[in-house]
Amino acid sequence: MATKSAVEFFNYKVVRQFSVMTVIWGIVGLLVGMLISAQLMWPALNFDIPWLTYGRLRPLHTNAIIFAFGGCALFATSYYIVQRTCQTRLFAPALAAFTFWGWNLVIVLAALSLPLGFSTGKEYAELEWPIDLLIAVVWVSYAIVFFGTLAIRRTKHIYVANWFYGAFIIAVAILHIFNSFEMPATLTKSYSAYAGVQDAMVQWWYGHNAVGFFLTAAFLGMMYYFVPKQAGRPIYSYRLSVVHFWALIFTYMWAGPHHLHYSALPDWAQTLGMLFSLILLAPSWGGMINGIMTLSGAWYKLRTDPILKFMVVALSFYGMSTFEGPMLSVKTINALSHFTDWTIGHVHSGALGWVGFITIGSMYYLLPRLYGQTKMWSMSLVNTHFWIATIGIVLYVASLWIAGVMQGLMWRAVNDDGTLTYTFVESVKYSFPFYAIRIVGGGMYFVGMLLMFYNMIKTIGAGKPAEAQVPVAASAHA
Amino acid sequence: MMSDFTSGFWSIYIIAFTVLGFAFCVFLLLAMNRKISKEEQQETTKHVWDGDLAEYNNPLPGWWRIMFWGLLAFSAIYLIYYPGLGSFEGVGKWSSVGQFEEEMAQLEAQTKPLYDRYSVMSVQQVAQDSVAMGMAERLFLNNCAQCHGSDARGAIGFPNLRSGAWNWGGTPEAIQESIAGGRTGVMTPFAEVLGDAGADQVTAFVRALSGLDHDAGAAAAGRPLFEENCVSCHGENGAGSQAVGAPDLTDDIWVYSSSDRAIRESIVYGRNMEMTGGTQAMPAHKDLLSPGKIHLLTAYVWGLTN
Repeated sequence: MATKSAVEFFNYKVVRQFSVMTVIWGIVGLLVGMLISAQLMWPALNFDIPWLTYGRLRPLHTNAIIFAFGGCALFATSYYIVQRTCQTRLFAPALAAFTFWGWNLVIVLAALSLPLGFSTGKEYAELEWPIDLLIAVVWVSYAIVFFGTLAIRRTKHIYVANWFYGAFIIAVAILHIFNSFEMPATLTKSYSAYAGVQDAMVQWWYGHNAVGFFLTAAFLGMMYYFVPKQAGRPIYSYRLSVVHFWALIFTYMWAGPHHLHYSALPDWAQTLGMLFSLILLAPSWGGMINGIMTLSGAWYKLRTDPILKFMVVALSFYGMSTFEGPMLSVKTINALSHFTDWTIGHVHSGALGWVGFITIGSMYYLLPRLYGQTKMWSMSLVNTHFWIATIGIVLYVASLWIAGVMQGLMWRAVNDDGTLTYTFVESVKYSFPFYAIRIVGGGMYFVGMLLMFYNMIKTIGAGKPAEAQVPVAASAHA
Repeated sequence: MMSDFTSGFWSIYIIAFTVLGFAFCVFLLLAMNRKISKEEQQETTKHVWDGDLAEYNNPLPGWWRIMFWGLLAFSAIYLIYYPGLGSFEGVGKWSSVGQFEEEMAQLEAQTKPLYDRYSVMSVQQVAQDSVAMGMAERLFLNNCAQCHGSDARGAIGFPNLRSGAWNWGGTPEAIQESIAGGRTGVMTPFAEVLGDAGADQVTAFVRALSGLDHDAGAAAAGRPLFEENCVSCHGENGAGSQAVGAPDLTDDIWVYSSSDRAIRESIVYGRNMEMTGGTQAMPAHKDLLSPGKIHLLTAYVWGLTN
């Protein structure tokens, strides 16, 4: 490939924009989560204002965390990684800039339309059709930038992180487009193209792969870059990454029906959903092994490096959640866990532990480098963030595990005369102490995020936007 | 059982994809299991990205490979026993509906004698039996309290069962019929017939019937309108009709509250009409609860006011 004589610089601007918004949307998403978790204890906290009711804010919380916080983190890291590992500037920089403004417009529209009560009613796909169209346009632009950059790479091989980001971009495009087939009735109301159990099946095919590709595959891409970078060690096993990548992206596609156990969904579909969820344990753990074993030989760094602590705990929560998930998808266990707060606990061990911590760790690596610094303004604040957030997750997850198992057992308790031992409302009453602990845990995580924001502001203030030169000399194997 | 597939093709399609999926996982495990020399393990793959990113090529961990094989084997065996491969129902002939019906039949057989004891007793006798009322209360709390409240005092739109007023009758037979067969009381909308002023006048008259504060002039104007439009269901004197479930308007007991606004809303938009956002009908329970349980619940509800 011809090398230009002019000096080229990586496109860091769009990375910076997405990185800063990651932290900001994280705070917003957590704040909404705090409010609705408090509403479960004190329902009066909706102040009788329709916009603040639980049913409208809950989708706002999930959308803000998954698509605003998680989405911005993935845009930022994928743009950073794909440039650096392909040794070239981003393809179509104007389109990359459009993805930033477009994606944030989607988020603002979500933050307005969901509290106003506009919703398709499909979980994690609540946004109405005009916003769906905007998402599709932004996403296709993202794909053009990402795959365009891969196409003009100056390295021979494609780095493993990019496989995961690539799979995520393609899969999310397919999921979003097919799940969002709907007939507009007015500007703010549409009806799904699917009916009845087909609608439920398509929705959970989408829903679980939002977890599988958005919250797992893509964040594995993040892990595959920032863990070896921060540890200063090579990836443990190339062949393991090949097996677990292909097995993961293939197997996830089948897992959706485990959300519909013991429903009107045909038994054969439930069985396939359960079995492929179970098999998924192996490829999921393949990623965890590759991450954790990459650290072997660098364990001593854990004592002093809070960023590495975030990453190792993230991988540990990834391992735990991807063990728990397959177990919960087994029909017998699901019969106990379904509809209880166990599910909420499971989701948050993945969201706070895995997605949150790998993002926070990566951002602490990335932010100083984007602003011409070598490290964050205060590493002891990073360490404080780590401990507050870790204890917060443990409180959050453990309390909902206990609450969930308790609810499941109460719901199925039967008297000798065949009547149920407990009414539903009793299970709610007994959940209150655990809801209180959950609020404390979530609050600690939120405080940690505020520390991160402060540290970020200070780091940005101490530096100036960095200009990193694209190395012209191709690597030995280019 | 009705087939889930519109044609045999779809069953084969599912089976083919499932089998290929397993084969793909097996292929991955075998293809990446090549033995490599010790020296090769010590070195990276010699590809370098972004200055210092490299990869070792360690073998797949043994315990992990065994776990992967184990999960695949378990799943393959599971697919032989349970339904999963298209329309093949599995050698175990299991179905979720079958399991549900079996467990429910077992429970029913176990508990039937307990309820049979009371089936031969009258509602009045059962209501005196403290053991029976304990069972009935548990049934009420799990089947009725969602609408009528744990204390049976109802909620807006859902009748208070302790008020002594019965839209459909308070005899044991009438209560039993309400539980078993359900009830759908409909108030038709009168917006077009009465207009705004007429609705205000009838509202005032209806409040007057119960001796509530009202505008005397409006109530007087409302009387002829009431007599023209309302008496066919609510009766000449507004005392209601249990035959059609029309509430007694003279007793100051209200399903939808006694405020001007609520009464006017009932008159203008009607109640339990499709356009008022679906119905708040009392659902039929004869397919949900056994006759023995309905008998106990009848006695419980009757006993609330007797």
